[in-house]
This record gives sequence, C-alpha cells and structure tokens, in this order.
Amino acid sequence: MIPAAFEYVAPTTVEEALAALAEHGDEAKIIAGGQSLLPVLRMRLNAPEWVIDLGRIESLRGVRDGGDHLVIGAMTTHHDVGQDPLVHEHALLVSKAITHLADAQVRHRGTFGGSLAHADPGGDLGAPALALGSTFVVQGPGGTREVAAGDFFVDLFETAISDDEILVEVRVPKHDGWVASYEKFVRIAHQWPIVAVAATLRMEGDTIAEARIGLTNMGSTPLRASAAEQALVGQPATEEGVAAAAALVVEGTNPPTDLNGTAEYRRHVATVFTRRAVLAAAGRG
Amino acid sequence: MTATQEPTRQAEIGRDRRRKEDQRLITGRTRWTDNITLPGMLHLAMVRSPYAHARITGIETSAAKASTNVVAVLTGADLGEGQGACINAWPVTTDQVTPAHLPMPTDRVAFAGETVAVVVARSAAEARDAAELVEVDYEELPAALDLKEAAAAHENGGVIAHPDLGTNVSAVWRFDSAEAGTGGDVEAAITEARAGGILIEREYRQQRLIPAFMEPRSVVVDPTGEQITVWSATQIPHILRFALAATTGVPESKIRVIAPDVGGGFGGKLQQTPEEMIAFAVARRLGKPVKFTETRSESLLTAHHGRDQWQRLTLAATSDGRVTGLKVDLLADLGAYVAIVGGGVPVLGAFMFNAIYKFPAYQFQTTNVLTNKTWTDAYRGAGRPEATYAIERLMDELAAEVGVDPLEIREKNWITHEEFPFTTVAGLEYDSGNYEAATARAKEMFGYDALRAEQAERRAAGDRVQLGLGVSTFTEMCGLAPSRVLGSLNYGAGGWEHAEVRMLATGKVEVITGASAHGQGHETAFSQIVADRLGVPFEDVEVLHGDTQISHKGLDTYGSRSLVVGGEALVRAVDKVIEKARPIAAHLLEASADDLEFKHGQFSVKGTDAAMAITEIATAVFAAHNLPDGVEPSIDSEATYDPVNFNYPHGTHLCAVEVDTETGQIKLRKYVCCDDIGVVINPLIVAGQVHGGLVQGIAQALWEEAVYDENGTLVSGSFVDYLLPTAADTISFEIDHTTSPATTNSLGTKGVGEAGTIASTPAVVNAVVDAVRHLGVNDITMPCTPERVWRAINDGSSGGETPEAAMPHFDSAEGDVQ
Repeated sequence: MIPAAFEYVAPTTVEEALAALAEHGDEAKIIAGGQSLLPVLRMRLNAPEWVIDLGRIESLRGVRDGGDHLVIGAMTTHHDVGQDPLVHEHALLVSKAITHLADAQVRHRGTFGGSLAHADPGGDLGAPALALGSTFVVQGPGGTREVAAGDFFVDLFETAISDDEILVEVRVPKHDGWVASYEKFVRIAHQWPIVAVAATLRMEGDTIAEARIGLTNMGSTPLRASAAEQALVGQPATEEGVAAAAALVVEGTNPPTDLNGTAEYRRHVATVFTRRAVLAAAGRG
Repeated sequence: MTATQEPTRQAEIGRDRRRKEDQRLITGRTRWTDNITLPGMLHLAMVRSPYAHARITGIETSAAKASTNVVAVLTGADLGEGQGACINAWPVTTDQVTPAHLPMPTDRVAFAGETVAVVVARSAAEARDAAELVEVDYEELPAALDLKEAAAAHENGGVIAHPDLGTNVSAVWRFDSAEAGTGGDVEAAITEARAGGILIEREYRQQRLIPAFMEPRSVVVDPTGEQITVWSATQIPHILRFALAATTGVPESKIRVIAPDVGGGFGGKLQQTPEEMIAFAVARRLGKPVKFTETRSESLLTAHHGRDQWQRLTLAATSDGRVTGLKVDLLADLGAYVAIVGGGVPVLGAFMFNAIYKFPAYQFQTTNVLTNKTWTDAYRGAGRPEATYAIERLMDELAAEVGVDPLEIREKNWITHEEFPFTTVAGLEYDSGNYEAATARAKEMFGYDALRAEQAERRAAGDRVQLGLGVSTFTEMCGLAPSRVLGSLNYGAGGWEHAEVRMLATGKVEVITGASAHGQGHETAFSQIVADRLGVPFEDVEVLHGDTQISHKGLDTYGSRSLVVGGEALVRAVDKVIEKARPIAAHLLEASADDLEFKHGQFSVKGTDAAMAITEIATAVFAAHNLPDGVEPSIDSEATYDPVNFNYPHGTHLCAVEVDTETGQIKLRKYVCCDDIGVVINPLIVAGQVHGGLVQGIAQALWEEAVYDENGTLVSGSFVDYLLPTAADTISFEIDHTTSPATTNSLGTKGVGEAGTIASTPAVVNAVVDAVRHLGVNDITMPCTPERVWRAINDGSSGGETPEAAMPHFDSAEGDVQ
C-alpha cells in the first residue's frame, strides 16, 4: 500500500494554495483530512504529481456565528464540528449526523469540507448540509463565490467546485429550536451507510410545522426529499401521520445496487428510515 | 543438599495468567517479519494478473528494469525450475486430479491475483513503482467461476479451469457407513422415512470466506550464510522447510526457517505460498537478502480463502424425531489449485456431520472442484464448521417438523454421558463428554424458558421486532492427528509433535516445542504446564519455538493440536527429565532411587527431611563432578508424541437475536455457551479463544462473504466490502465450562482454538430463522444480510444471491477528492 511518488506542498494561506493549484492544475490533488484521498493514493487508484495540503491554513478551521447562519471552516475536523456548542444549538442535524460518522479516528482526522468536496453519495454530511439549505463558499483566482446546496452536488464524486477553486467554508442557516435525527442503516458499525436519512423538524406542539429531509446513498448525489417534506407539514408526529409522507421519499431516487443491498431494498429502507427519523426527531422514536 | 520444609505453591494449571508475550506483541516492538532489516536487503513487488484465466503472450520488462534502483525483474521463465513448486500434501484420492502449481506460471494464469513477474529493487516503494511499468500481454480465456457449473463442465462442454485436465473435478471422496461396517444403509433409511416418517431435504451454502489475519504475510530470505535463512509469517515453519527442500533441490540441512512473531493465521498461514517460493528463488538467484511483504489488498486477493461449499443434505427420521439416517453430498470449491491441504478440508468434515448424535446410517460424499478463483484451504475449523452448520441447522428443521423444542430433538438423538467411550457411525471413538451437563448449564445461564416465553408473547402480539432463539450443540474432532489415521487418509505427513526440555545450569528451564504459536499464547500456557510438573517458577520457564534450528522437529500449529498433542509431548519430555534426574538425586542424597519421591520440584527421601531441588540437580549435572558411574552428564530430555485418537471438545451454544421484520435487520441480544474442553490450563487464554472464535463464527453467519463478479474479479477486495466486525458489532458473551477430561492425554485437555467458530455460526442462523419461522421462513442464506432476511419474510425464499458489485467509495480516480 505504497502510493506513487508525488510532490507535496503545504501552504499556510488560501491564496498560496490557489497559486499552487493554478500552477499544477490537473496534476494536483488537494488533501484535507486525507480520509478518502489517502486510501485512493495507497491503492494507486490515482497518482497525482502534486498533493496540496490545506492542513496548515488556520483560517479554514473553526466554527463561528455568522448572524442568521453558522460558518463552518472547510478544514474543521468532524470531531470539532460535532463537539461545537454553536452547531448543537443552531444546526442540531449536523451534530446528530456526525455522531454516526465513521469512527473516532476518522472523526479526528477527517474534515467537514473535505468530506463534502469528496461528494461521496454515501458520505454522512451531504444529506444534512443539503437538508439545511447550506451555502458552499468556494474561492478561486477571481475571489469567492457562493454555491447553493442544491447546485453543489453534481454527480458521483463531482461538485460545482472548479479545478482552480477550493472549498473554504460552508454556511449553514440557523435552525434554532428545530429537532433532528440522523438514522443510518449499516450492517457493521464502521461502514459507510447503506442508506441514511437526515430529518429535521420545526414542531408546533405535536404537529410538524416544517420539515427538511435529506437522503444519503439514494442516488449519485445526496438528495433532498422535497415531496415528503411538504407532505409532512401539518401532520401529527405519529406513525400514521408520518407514514404516507415517508413513502414519498423514494420519488426521484436512483439508489445503487451493491453487496449490501439492491436498489429496490434501499428504497424500502429509505421509506422505513424516513418514518423512523421523523418520529425520532420528534421524540416519538 | 538442602533440608527444606514442604514448600507451598499455587498450582499453575487453572490459573488466570496474563500472557507473558503480550507486551511485545501488542506494542509491535518485536520481531514481526516485516520489522526485520538485513544489510543490503532488497525488496520485492509482485506483478499480478488482473484476469481470472488468461494465456500470457508476452511480458515486457525493459521499462521496469530501467526504473530507479531496480535490480532485477524476473518472470517464471527466468526462474525456471529453480522456483520450485507449491505442493499438495493431501491427495484425498489416489486418482486426484492436481494441476501443477508453479509459484509463477510461465504461460497461463488461473486466477486473478496470480503472480506473473517479480520486481526487485532497493526499496519497497521503488519496487512497487517499477511493478506498474511491467507490461504483460494476456489473451483472456473463459473462466470457470460458478461452482455448480464447474462441477458439471466435463459433462456438458462447460468451461474448464485448467483446459489440459479436461475436467474441473479434482476428486470424489466418499464414506458410507454400510460399506465401512460402522452403520446401516442410508438409502434404506431414506426410503423408509419417505414412506412413513420425516424426510428433511435441504441445500445449504457455505459462502467463501477470507481468513483476514491481522498481520499480512511477509517473508525475508537471507542466502548469505552457510544455510539459507527464511523468516516467514507462517504457521508452519517445519512444513515450509520440508516443502522448500523437496521442491527446489536445496538440501533440507541447508535451509533454516524461522517463524518469528506471527500475527494470526486462523489457518490462513497454513500454506506454502507462491510468494515464499518466489522470494526464496530470487534471493538464491541474486545472492542477496530479499523481503516481500504483501499489502492488505494482496492479502485479501491471494492468500488462500476458506469454506465455499454447496451442501445437499437428506435427513431421515421417524415421525417422532429419531434420526434414522443422514446423507451428505458436497460440492467443494478448491479454487485454481489444490492447496497444501485444500482437498482435505471437506474430508475433515466427513466424520463430523453426525456430530453428537447416534445416527444408525450415514453417507458422505464430497466432489472437490477446481475453478478460476483464489485457492481455498484451511480456515478456522476447516471442514468441521461446515459439518456442524449443516447438522445443527437440520436438527432445528427436524424439531420444527416434529413440532418440539430444538433442544428436545437433540436430547432424543444425542449420545448420553453413560455411553462414552462411543464409536460413531463415522467410525470415530469419542472418548469423553457430557452433552446433558453442558446443555443444562447453558440453558440456566441463558434463561432459556423465560426467553421462549418472551418469544411467544412477541409472536402473539405481532411485534415488529421478533425474537429468535438458536441452538448449537456441537462437537468437533481436533488435536490433529494420529499418524496412522492420516496415513489411511493418504495424507503426506504424520501428526505427531515434538518437545524438548533443557535444564540450564542456573536453574532456569528452556522448553522447545514443535508447535508454532501465532497468537495462541503457547509461551504462557506451556510455561504453566512445565512450572507445575517440574516444580519450578512460572517465570523461570522460557518457551522456544518457530525456528527450525532451535526446534528441529515439529509439525506446527493448526487443527487445535498444540496443547493436546504438543502439550502431551511436553509433559512426556518433562517426565523424562525427572526420571533422568532420579538416579542422580539418589546418588547425591545417598539414598535408594526407590525411596525418592518427586513433588513440587524436589526429590525427597521418604521418611526423612533430606531433599534436593531438580534445579540443584541441573547445576550438579552441569558441573558433573559427582555423578553416578555410567550416567551421562545431562538431564535434558525430549519426547515425540503421536496421538492415539483425535480429541473431542463439545459444548452447547445458545443465541438470541432480535429481527426487525420491517427491514430484516438483526441485532444480537444474548449469547451464552458452555464448552467442555476438559481440563483448562489458563482460563483467561481460553476465554480469549472462545470470544474470538465466537465473533469469527458469528461473522460468517451475518457479515463476511468473498464475492466474485462475472469476470472473476474479487469484488469484496477491501475491508470496505469484506465486512469484518469490530467490538462495536458484538455483544458481551457469557461463557462457562463443564469438565469431562479427555482420556487420551495426561492432562485431560481438549482443543479450544476452533470451538467458538465451529459452534457459533449455526447458533446464530438458527436464531435468525427461529425469529421468522412463523412467517413462513425455513432458511436464510449466509451471510444473513438484512435484505435476505427481508426477502425471506416477504417471499418465503432464502434471500437470493449477493449482488456482485462493490461500494464505489474508493473508485474516484476523477473525483473532487479533497
């Protein structure tokens, strides 16, 4: 498991990183926490000539309050995001998802931005980021631009980040007082999710006033279950109240078939887990 | 000479000693093969076939040879006969079809992952880089992949894994109790049951598994001394030395094999590997030390796999559930070559399908089949888990058919404790056991009746989560093996073990065993045995093993043999030390040898307080100033022990699972087992063996499966897709023991290394099926994935095939990896 030789650069500012990226272009790969890139390199599935390490850019780390939203630096580790009181208070769904993300070692090395930029549809952060309507801030030679969550994920391992850009932060709108649950379906604990459902709700009494549902590994990108979200509005958080809406989550999905389950089965599980996630979020699970 | 009072000391046997070897093993600051570095050592990288079956039409090595610090690039043709061959030590029939197995084939590859060239460079990284530059031209050939199709290919023009052989059937091995005179005619029993009894006919799948030992295989070869020294992460240093000598022409006396610290095996390092042979040949060719350490991907792809059988089973019984006959018809997938004991693995199961039961008639047949997949061989239990799974699943099916509790049907058929020793329908003599006692204890620990009551309540209420209880009352044959029996089975070696005891001048003791530990804890357990028997402190015993220059005789470690065979050899060597010391003690104590008794490490003269420690005698022997006439100045001793019988641990395992009927997801609720492994030397080590064994068996039931796609590519080629459980996936096990000492060894011990794995798989699957049997399910194919369980609940099938596709997480060559 020895990667092919590569040149390595570890800039301390985003500008230096962008300059390195501009210089080496197609020959370069960016490394954040390395939890996906390192296995790829070690298995020689990719052999970039340059690896640009963002690990020394302090400005990309940390969570701060941006007013009506949180700003999560792309290089903040999963562990740090998961432990952050601001995230817990304003974006509970993200906290919930991170408790299920891989294992403790990965959470201490892997980064919030790295995972999202990798755009593995089985990654645990895409669905919550999408469900919460996050904005992705990418920086390139011409400055920064904002990409809406719905536009960020393009395809399997493909995002709206251009070759000369770097994801610098994710802005997550505050969902104060919203309840949340991330229900992950795995066969063994450290697996990628076979299917996972991210659900967050604004409750008015026992009634669902607003709902946001994201799906993990139900297509080539994380998916937002808009039809189910709408159907949940006004429903009581009961098994009967939620079941019909949950059945709508499979609309527009195109899940994979692999060793862990067929597409048909994944659709079934997504339906069941949506119901369970909504009820769990509402404290009825 | 000292006069002492009776010393008091705690018995070592039965004591929870922490393993003396653990600190260095766990910290890794020790002699793992890959930690070994020699002056001028070169590194190897293998170029492996991506095709399951292909003709090699050209190998272009010039670019690789020109790569930085590359010393050589060699192919099978370059190495010629010097590369030796991989041997099959157990041709199960005299007409077994055995394809020639060159470590590096010259003209044709027979499975994906087979080595076609080796790159030698000054560093491992440079070797790997250059390996990428070797261009091999292949002409792809059709591959024999499906076991059932391969078995019939010679009859219907199907694909042949080795076209020159004309068939994929390597051997058909059969046992019939009527022919052997050990029982009746199974066909008559089946006919009778069909007419007026119960006939259970099933087909079960033993999926392919990967041993997945913790330390990947590694080999270092140093040809610069008078002897060629081979360090290898192997279970079998002695057998490897034999095979190296036998196939390369290098005299055995010129080869020293060392298995230094070895990190696990589970049978997966019971092999003479192509990589060892290639490293040996390259070192000899270049005259320099070389090292090869495989990657985890290479390990999963090319280290031998295990299991992989189809089992067609027919159980005949009376209408009240008394079994009258069992017929077993196996297809066993050998993979591309007949591995060192590959063909024998199903045969090891042949004697175990009748398990703990008194079946009047029994027939077993295995058809061993070659395919273009990784070769298969021993994997923890080797043949016996397959047998135990089949019979324990069938006994549950019989119980369901009769409409009684699964434990009741077992009791109706098992050998009672008064009946030991008992000769089974398969011709083995079980020496001891008490199935009633182990079962009673397990039931008590489990709270069996309360769980049955809860199950009934959940069923009645139609709960979404149903409870299932699974039973496995297993036995196994281990302690491989009586040499005469091996001879009768056409095995190429004996089954004895060797031990030596060296009494050092300073009073310390060196113990040498021919067993070769790779994580079992021999250093600790053997020290306990010697400390007790010789009456010396535990700390004063040093156990040496795994180096053919120190341990010159041995047959290594597998088949739960080290304690029951190797331990017995050790006991006998210790007893010889005592007997050699006796006349010397008598001489020094000025007493008659007949008046001496040996206890707690001392010879004492009966009726006096004159005594002398055996360690003092060792010192006196070293000086040799005052020995009796004609007595040699040594009390060191050795013993070679050939077991008279196999060894038969047994136990009752009970498992409770919760099955989510909506998703098919399974949750372990409770697992208890009461194993009878005779006298326990070290309960802590035994608990470790049982716990680890249980997880490995549970993993077969629920998680692990090696899957190939239609091209013969291993889809489950990383731990992303080959699901190994961790502690997070299991529960706390409750274990206990009953003790029916083995009568065939001095200590009364039985093997425990494989017991947990053999017993647990059917316990879990029985529990899963039991949870949903009322929904019309009577089988679920292993591994019992949630989807299979869900499909079984919904359509009454056993769950269908595993999709031959991997998760794509690491295939992102073009992705936005950040």
